[in-house]
Amino acid sequence: MFAVVSADALRIRLQHDVLKSQPPRPQRLPMSWTWFHRLASPPTFFGLAQRLAPWCAGFGGALLLLAWFGGLVLAPADYQQKDAFRIIYVHVPAAALSLSLYMAMAVCGVVALIWRMKLAECVLVAIAPVGASFTALALVTGMLWGKPMWGAYWVWDARLTSELVLLFLYLGVIGLNSAFEDPRTAARACALLAIVGFVNVPIVHYSVVWWNSLHQGSTILKLGKPNISADMAWPLYAGLLGSYLWSAHAVLRRTQNELLLRERNTRWVREIAAATEPGA
Amino acid sequence: MSALRALFARELRLAARAKTEWLMPPLFFVIVVTVFSFGAKPNDPQLASFAPAILWVGALLAALLSLERLYRADQEDGTLEQLIVSETSLSFAVFVKSLSHWLLSGLPLVLLAAPLGGMLGLPSALFGPLVLGLALGTPCLSFIGGFVAALTVGLPRGGALLPVLVLPLIVPIVIFGAGAVRAAQQGLDVSGPLFFLAALLMLTLTVLPWLSAAALRNAFE
Repeated sequence: MFAVVSADALRIRLQHDVLKSQPPRPQRLPMSWTWFHRLASPPTFFGLAQRLAPWCAGFGGALLLLAWFGGLVLAPADYQQKDAFRIIYVHVPAAALSLSLYMAMAVCGVVALIWRMKLAECVLVAIAPVGASFTALALVTGMLWGKPMWGAYWVWDARLTSELVLLFLYLGVIGLNSAFEDPRTAARACALLAIVGFVNVPIVHYSVVWWNSLHQGSTILKLGKPNISADMAWPLYAGLLGSYLWSAHAVLRRTQNELLLRERNTRWVREIAAATEPGA
Repeated sequence: MSALRALFARELRLAARAKTEWLMPPLFFVIVVTVFSFGAKPNDPQLASFAPAILWVGALLAALLSLERLYRADQEDGTLEQLIVSETSLSFAVFVKSLSHWLLSGLPLVLLAAPLGGMLGLPSALFGPLVLGLALGTPCLSFIGGFVAALTVGLPRGGALLPVLVLPLIVPIVIFGAGAVRAAQQGLDVSGPLFFLAALLMLTLTVLPWLSAAALRNAFE
């Protein structure tokens, strides 16, 4: 990106001026940022993900099981929807994840473009299939609930349509990524597409506010008193947290795979390969 | 500035010498709309209520038709590389290219919309919101499509990927564009959707040339 090029040029020029005018000073990074630079290096992140991913999977899986048990068995049936309301324990977390993951993908896109960080590219590429799956899950569960409640699997209203567009955007990122041969070019093209597609995220989120939508407004993510009773709410919160952790696990593992694939000719990957080889 | 003017003149001259370039999209538009009315039963009064959607989708497909060529020819003969390494701002060059794309393949559609709308049985009172909406919406199509064309410029199968990437991005434009006509059909105020379209147009005009330039640089690195 041109901004980066000019920033680099500026930095070189500044360094040049400093070197001319002053005696060289020992270079020191500000302490608070060293962790950031270290984190961005593939082997460090790989090791960190290796340690974090099992915890995310364990806690996420346990929370999800707890949420499903609480939601499907313990929570009382709704006075109006009876047992059909229980789909929210899958639908709401999936829908929340579909938006959060897109947001994370766009942030990775910004980081990848501005700082040219290889790791951000890998995370971006890793998020897309996970986000697409959650979006598809949100759409399917919503449709299954819509048939008995609204009398139709699908209505063309703002929330549903914009969520469908979100799915297309995820699929577009996946398709664009697989169309390029060079993974770095592919990831940066995906980053640009993800950033442009980001305009859809506020549209999805606020669609129930801006338009007169058939889809109900937000029940739980509301400041103050939520519109849901506590014995129905806690499995939902557990499900939300569990889904976040579970998708963090999925993204970490996918990022690890992407890193291994891209860095397959480096020493640290060879060392890992040698260490994990059967019989080693 | 003179370089941009030269680029603009070059685009128009190229189009003038290859008549299919600028004759095809409007012809395609007319054919798509006509096929729709063949598909319905003769003199179906329902057709008028679908006219906004038919006209907008027709305009969209016609714009897509020529988008792939936006950078492809320039890439093949090396002009695009010259543009990227030249001193002229690539963002402005992209702006000029997208603008000339709109002049050649968007503006004719805007002018054709009213007669075609009449053919579909749209009352003439609705021509205003239809044409105004298309006048605001088709430049968005050219700029968003230009961005995606820049993303896919180096790809061997970019032609198949392009519509898949463009269509989700232009859904809001179709919603508000066709929405303006539908609002007018129901006797509601049309200014809301039109203002939304105008805002989207401003957003695409100001942001997308920069992102398109970044995409082109990325493709040539």
